[in-house]
Amino acid sequence: MAMMSPNGGHIAIVGASESSRIGVVPDMSMIQLHADAARLALEDAGLTPADVDGIATAETQVIEVAAMLGIRPRWMDGTTIGGCSFLAHVRHAAAAIATGQADVVLITHGESGRSWVGMPNYSMNPRGPDGQFEQPFGAITPYSLFTLPALAFLEARGMSQRDLAEVVVAQREWAIPNERAQRRSAVTVDEVLAGPRVAYPFTRDMCCVVTDGGGALVLVSAERARDLPSRDRAVYLLGSGEACESVLVSQMDDLTSFGSFRRASAEAFATAGVGHADIDHAMFYDAFAHLPLYMLEDTGFVSFGESGGFFADGHTRPGGRLPVNTQGGGMSYSHSGMYGMFAIQESMRQLRGEAVVQVPGIETSFVQGVGGLFWSAASLILSNRQP
Amino acid sequence: MSIGPIPEPTPETLAFWQGTAAGELRIQRCRACENFYFYPRPFCPKCNSDEVEWQPVSGKAQLASYIINYRPYEDFQTEEPQIIALVTLAEGPRMCTNIVGVAPDPDQLPLGLALQVAFEPRGEQFLPVFKPARS
Repeated sequence: MAMMSPNGGHIAIVGASESSRIGVVPDMSMIQLHADAARLALEDAGLTPADVDGIATAETQVIEVAAMLGIRPRWMDGTTIGGCSFLAHVRHAAAAIATGQADVVLITHGESGRSWVGMPNYSMNPRGPDGQFEQPFGAITPYSLFTLPALAFLEARGMSQRDLAEVVVAQREWAIPNERAQRRSAVTVDEVLAGPRVAYPFTRDMCCVVTDGGGALVLVSAERARDLPSRDRAVYLLGSGEACESVLVSQMDDLTSFGSFRRASAEAFATAGVGHADIDHAMFYDAFAHLPLYMLEDTGFVSFGESGGFFADGHTRPGGRLPVNTQGGGMSYSHSGMYGMFAIQESMRQLRGEAVVQVPGIETSFVQGVGGLFWSAASLILSNRQP
Repeated sequence: MSIGPIPEPTPETLAFWQGTAAGELRIQRCRACENFYFYPRPFCPKCNSDEVEWQPVSGKAQLASYIINYRPYEDFQTEEPQIIALVTLAEGPRMCTNIVGVAPDPDQLPLGLALQVAFEPRGEQFLPVFKPARS
């Protein structure tokens, strides 16, 4: 088989689905959320588990997912770099398909993040770098660790806590009509600021929801996609990137700009061969309200210090020039602990014209993921048109 | 006995924790590129040299960023807000720590605030925490 590029539209996502239910799903275990989403995504593609010869997932053992579905893979990827793992899996799967190591790759996510059914026990490791140099100080939970650099970011730009609240308000607008979203009430900046205190400068609504849920994707070559019943809904991978930095937030190269966002997104744009002006829609992984601000600037959509105003002025809202987090994002829609799969799923729906709040006439979507607590990043550029 | 997670030194980090127990903040410096670095590793992360040494440092630092955690982790068995901070040592490296000796009030915690290290017992270890420096 001739080698092809994993980028440039040679690989297609032909199946995509979230689990049948998300939110609070105590009657489904973690592995069942994987399987439920996987079967729906394969059905969406017009394929069955017997067609799958490549499989990828994060945190959960690939073997466990494959065994559950009766898959005997010849290619596996268990890359676990936090919640953006699934973006990296798309990139890795594309490379596998392009080089003939797999023909049909299934990527699954499942997490009982809210009900904690069938999930592994969480335990700290007091001998690790984090166990010695972060956790003893109380920097343990995402809201007490991921949030740490935010004040430095805001101060460097002359921005404030209000800019965090503006992100919440802008994204909530997308969630209001979406019945699968967890938080659907309209809010004002003052209401967000007056909400329950979690970790200054973060109030409750600036932090993601915690949910149960899963999602899955099916990838094949663009050539194979043409023979599938899902061919008219295929979405193509234009470009991708990935990067990492440190597992200690204190050791970020720069507290006010995340190098991994810059490097992963630069590679995605370079491999896609498109510019920012070509992007019609974006998903910015928002575990907390400061992340879309970092991402908007670090991925080059706006200049230093312009992210707050971009959200406040409505450019990311319905009708805006760059619709962002159009199902409500991790702070309003759903966040199982690893949100990356949900960001990709919304890009798929938008590019297929099947979103709850559909952005009209879009061709390209940019997905920026983050992994762990400022540990890693991955980026995808997707299109509903093959270049 | 203080409550909260207790760090367990490894061979690479033992000198750091021996230092805090002796009332000293010791970090590593590379003899080749003269870079101070943290967290402890037996080689320089900047230039990869093995020629590294432990040095007691001043304990002076500046407040780089922080949060006030109103929901402390259950292990701490407290509901008192914790100031969890990133501080930049005078010698350059950044550390995660707690700010003590000041109210958990943003008005008392301007970024850039001058700090001085102190040591608090936690199990068999002593944690480096920081308090506002006396002017």
